[in-house]
Amino acid sequence: MEGMAGQKSTLTWAVHLSVALLVALWLFPTVGLLVSSFRTAEQISNSGWWSAFSAQKGQLPAIRIEGEEQQQDGLYIIDGTLFGTAETRLSAWGTSSREPEAYEPGAVAELKDGVQLTVDETGAFRLSGPASFEGSRLPRVFATATTPPEFTLENYSNVLFGTTAGAGVGQAFLNTLTVAIPATVIPILVAAFAAYALAWMEFPGRALLIAGVVALLVVPLQLALIPLLQLHNAIGIGKGYLGVWLAHTGFGLPLAIYLLRNYMVGLPKDIIENARVDGASDFQIFTKIVLPLSFPALASFAIFQFLWTWNDLLVALVFLGTDDDRLVLTARLVNLMGSRGGQWEILATSAFVSIVVPLVVFFAMQKYLVRGLLAGSVK
Amino acid sequence: MHPALQAVLTIVIGLGGCIGYFWLSNQLLDKLLFPARGPNIARNIRRAEMIRPWLFLFPAIFALGLYLAYPVVATFWLSLTDRNQGSAFVGLANYQQMLREAKFWEAIRNNLLWLVVVPAASTGFGLLAAQLTDRIRWGNIAKSLIFMPMAISFVGASVIWKLVYDFRPIGQEQIGILNAFWVWLGGEPQTWLTITPWNNFLLMVVLIWIQTGFAMVILGAALRGIPEETVEAAIVDGANPFQIFFKIKVPQIRSTIVVVWTTITLVVLKVFDIVLAMTNGQWQTQVLANYMYDKLFRAFDWGVGSAAAMVIMLLVSPILVWNVINARREMH
Repeated sequence: MEGMAGQKSTLTWAVHLSVALLVALWLFPTVGLLVSSFRTAEQISNSGWWSAFSAQKGQLPAIRIEGEEQQQDGLYIIDGTLFGTAETRLSAWGTSSREPEAYEPGAVAELKDGVQLTVDETGAFRLSGPASFEGSRLPRVFATATTPPEFTLENYSNVLFGTTAGAGVGQAFLNTLTVAIPATVIPILVAAFAAYALAWMEFPGRALLIAGVVALLVVPLQLALIPLLQLHNAIGIGKGYLGVWLAHTGFGLPLAIYLLRNYMVGLPKDIIENARVDGASDFQIFTKIVLPLSFPALASFAIFQFLWTWNDLLVALVFLGTDDDRLVLTARLVNLMGSRGGQWEILATSAFVSIVVPLVVFFAMQKYLVRGLLAGSVK
Repeated sequence: MHPALQAVLTIVIGLGGCIGYFWLSNQLLDKLLFPARGPNIARNIRRAEMIRPWLFLFPAIFALGLYLAYPVVATFWLSLTDRNQGSAFVGLANYQQMLREAKFWEAIRNNLLWLVVVPAASTGFGLLAAQLTDRIRWGNIAKSLIFMPMAISFVGASVIWKLVYDFRPIGQEQIGILNAFWVWLGGEPQTWLTITPWNNFLLMVVLIWIQTGFAMVILGAALRGIPEETVEAAIVDGANPFQIFFKIKVPQIRSTIVVVWTTITLVVLKVFDIVLAMTNGQWQTQVLANYMYDKLFRAFDWGVGSAAAMVIMLLVSPILVWNVINARREMH
């Protein structure tokens, strides 16, 4: 791009603009979910998340009139206000769900038995009638109003700690954590020993074993479901955490061995040969030299495996089962999508709870993730 | 026992067991079986060195064999038997039954569509993003943001995109951005995910969104590895930026593009979560992995389910062979 002075500035601008557009496209969906998770249920269903920061015009849920009754000029009167906030502005109101916008602000509605109701622009109402309201149900008001944008943390407290609304997202979070951590830690050591042998020890059949690992790298784990479930049942593990940990360990090993071997092969030969000459055993070389030097590769694999086990749905469904108290976050989300498909405040919040941990890991350890990707696929 | 406690215990037992196994087995070999002393010291050391690699490898080989190699054989066997007839051998009957099902062919058709569209679009967008972000100052931030969906689960991504595709009846305010945009253009709100065949593409968008970052990172590194001289020579010869990109740069990273393409292909072949969460294969969006899951765990038909799994294996095997050949070539 250098060397074309005339075109350079327009081209640079075009590049900046295209990148901005691309980033916006990629970011938009996630931002929508994040913003939605902080909005109230009614505001979510009244307007798109992109207008979350402007005043919201829409129909509020029915408000039942309540207040202290007073007697004035022979009439029974209840005064009060419909809205909790002073910024809300009423644009129309009604007393039945069939005609929610029947009256203008300030108009007087004639209800049954000589009862009158009026609501003004600020939501202040006056209900008056010839007889006492004591013991009778007071009318409901359907208000169309412009409300200030409202953000809340309530969705999160509902979903994480509530007993009914979120239906166990907090529990699912703990379950996912319980699945992911052992399933990340256990394969590392097993793989590291094997990778060292494949990288630095001479023995017949080594090339064949490496080819085998490469082959197993792409075997779809779909094939393993039923045979392993049968195996787990036969040896008494059944469905449970132990089964999931073992399954994730098995499925993660090829990548772990492959990544670690590729890294260990690249370690400086002199160091290892020198240690051998000095009489160190393979076990010592491995634990004292190779393992510490391989930290970047270990970190790369740990991130992969953590993201994979945290985000996995299939293995958890099959090996942990679908009991309600054992669902992991992804399985819980699938259930919520079925049962509460329209309740975006719950869905968006639950989804965000499930993706926040991987996102933190991602942004904190991006360097290792990229390194691992490059080592794992570029040859 | 509380699962969290069990988890900690498992980590301790797992790690302790590993370290214990490796240490003890090495001790056993060096001190007891073939001690490096006495009259046969040279022979003992040689023998110990012959056995040691297998000590290092045993746990991994055992786990790989049990959890990946054995299931391939076992699934193949299952696909030839009928569970309802007491696991009797039925030959290819399961395959025949599968081939007669319309849903299977729908899954095959959709999978082929996914196999063409997703790797192509992800690689294309990835290449574009890699090239564009390479020379600008905030390129790294942009890369990071495009890469981010990689960390999001397929199910989480499905929720995110379901909000994008959300539908409200006509007259109501649209809260899904696609419908809002559509209505703004003057259209009527649509239930996007039920419109065949376009709903398939809307599901693919989710995976493309996730995989583009991966393609971008790998291809970006490859682009940076291109020798500067080749680009400079092209500039001197008067090539324009597009010619430089398509005629100089892309050909030089062709092998990396192939690697990215095949890696994404593997992901596509196993795609399951997105379809399950968004449509569950309704409205003609079935794919093989979800078809298989349906057969195995909803219809409990292990024979046909295993047959479907073998089809996935069959589709993967060309890549498997290609990878092994490449890996062997590299070692020589």
